[in-house]
Amino acid sequence: MNVALKMDQVYRGDYTFANSPAAIRRFPLPFPEDRYMYSVNIEPHVAGPVGSVIEFPIDCDEHYVEECHERALVIRRDPLRIQALPHMMSAQWDTLELGMLSLSQSYPEQFTLTRQGRRWHWINRPLGLDQQFTFGDPASLPRPPLEYITRQLQGDWVIMDQRDNDLWVEGGMVTGPADWSMDFDMGMSFKEWHGPVPLGHEMGVFDRALKFLLNLRLNEPVRRYNWTMTVNPNLDSSPHNYDEWGPDRTTVTLENVAKILHLRTELQGLWRLPRSNGIVFMVRTYMLSLGDVASIPKWARRVHRVLRDLHPPLVDYKGLTRHRPIAVAYLSQFDDGSPTTAGTAPE
Amino acid sequence: MSQSHADTIPVRVVAAEQVTPQIKHFTFAPIAGGELPAFSGGSHIIVVMRGAQRVYRNPYSLMSSPNELDNYQISVLRVDPSRGGSAFMHEQVRVGTELEIAHPVNLFALAKLARKHLLLAGGIGITPFIAQLHDLRLTDVPYELHYATRSPEHGAYCELIAQAEPQRARLYHDSARRFIDIEGLLSGQPLGTHVYVCGPAGMIARVLDTARALGWPESHVHYERFAAPPTGEAFDVYLQKSGIDLHVLPDQSLLEAIEAAGVDAPYLCRGGVCGFCRTEVIGVEGELVHNDHFLSNEEKASGKAIMPCVSRARCSKLILNL
Repeated sequence: MNVALKMDQVYRGDYTFANSPAAIRRFPLPFPEDRYMYSVNIEPHVAGPVGSVIEFPIDCDEHYVEECHERALVIRRDPLRIQALPHMMSAQWDTLELGMLSLSQSYPEQFTLTRQGRRWHWINRPLGLDQQFTFGDPASLPRPPLEYITRQLQGDWVIMDQRDNDLWVEGGMVTGPADWSMDFDMGMSFKEWHGPVPLGHEMGVFDRALKFLLNLRLNEPVRRYNWTMTVNPNLDSSPHNYDEWGPDRTTVTLENVAKILHLRTELQGLWRLPRSNGIVFMVRTYMLSLGDVASIPKWARRVHRVLRDLHPPLVDYKGLTRHRPIAVAYLSQFDDGSPTTAGTAPE
Repeated sequence: MSQSHADTIPVRVVAAEQVTPQIKHFTFAPIAGGELPAFSGGSHIIVVMRGAQRVYRNPYSLMSSPNELDNYQISVLRVDPSRGGSAFMHEQVRVGTELEIAHPVNLFALAKLARKHLLLAGGIGITPFIAQLHDLRLTDVPYELHYATRSPEHGAYCELIAQAEPQRARLYHDSARRFIDIEGLLSGQPLGTHVYVCGPAGMIARVLDTARALGWPESHVHYERFAAPPTGEAFDVYLQKSGIDLHVLPDQSLLEAIEAAGVDAPYLCRGGVCGFCRTEVIGVEGELVHNDHFLSNEEKASGKAIMPCVSRARCSKLILNL
């Protein structure tokens, strides 16, 4: 079978997406405790344990090639998934530099960057790319810098300008969102962007998060985790194609829940950009089927408890209303009530 | 959330030049070789100076080109009387001296959506604009610079500016009775203009007041104010969370005393502007002396918070939640 055709079915159609045993164990479980509530859970994005998703600033995992393929597929169908306002050009170059430096330093066998002043040479072996270009000159690249680099990165990427004591969403590549839209959010301020999130505004979460991010420093990136659930490993759960994935939400049963319902963790990273003084926001998505969750006894107990006791407004916001009872019923068989150890490690 | 500032960059002074009787120009190169971090015009760095008695951390605007990263350049005005930092830079630092600097921070960034940039510099306040001019030359947005100094001899960079920007810069010297016509300039700008001012406190105040009186939107008025922390009487402090007693000397800032006690306190601008070092006051036996431009008058009057980078206390004891 044609490799490209086969890759068309990873995140759609036949949904051939699967995690290896190693990928299951490195899945970033978003619950450090047996219950979940919002907090400004921002921490320095410093190197974590070897093999973990935070070993390197930008993680490149076993899904790299198929995820880049999926991105190309989505953009072909909907070119508005990549956008940037004209004044974001320096932030585009900043993002390209971050991506190339990070990948080439973290994975030297797969990626090589050679720089002589503004003359750069980029080699991406997994995707078979070899590109010489002039840093700062868009005409020297086959695509605008943000699109060029994010077609070679996993996760969604949003660039924000900082002005008037606020952060403005003014560019991004978003092909794998958990039900939000770059096209809809373009030009929004930080609080407009987070408008739909329940509870957080009353708790002052966004005031504090914004204040913190406005003072984000160079070389001191931060991260946080967010999560939701998705029926089928459907990376592109966007409002633009709700007609395609929305109906799937009615198909969950106790028989298929282990296979088709996925816990979806977002590793979100934020970097201050040097030349533009903007900020780049990475939303890196990891998906794990509930059956794979249940294969780790501690995770089965913890996810059971989190879902069972979840605050009702969050159940609705995260789109879990229909299938949460089924997930809780499924996971309850693995929860004998014994305590879980601290932290998110598999044990 | 970490507020650690351990991550400094070791640099070596590769050039030091007295450009006026009070101003010295320094060029730093990374000891590790290669390039220093990229930055945007308007950024400042903190230079860590390890004096015999004390450690000084002073902010200085980067004035080198953001496109040339093999070195950073700053200018240091010798303040008289100096609390130690500027005197240290003038007397102790020479070619070959090794220093540490923090990564650049930009609290005086150019507005990317401006239709025109109006830059107003007074004296040493020219430095952030020198870096910004490099950024501005790469855009199509119109800009003009007005640079005032006491006299041609005190104008450290008059010649440099006149040569680099013959069309777009105007120079003014107090000695020739030529002053920037702030009201005239601010009343005659096209819509969408952003104004930026960096210079003596009086000049900044005049620009801010004039802009406000003429109805400029706050979002279009930018200023950079690097005032040395005011001196005062010595006082005693108790850091409640750390369980540490400390003594603040007359010419030492509260923040410096906290750092000298080994407590890693947050800061960004070290000039009372950004609000990052805001600290909760648990109690004070005496009165707070607020010198910052961040807290509102109500907050200052409440006595519940202090900005340790510039503010102090006239008291027998100050208790902080730190």
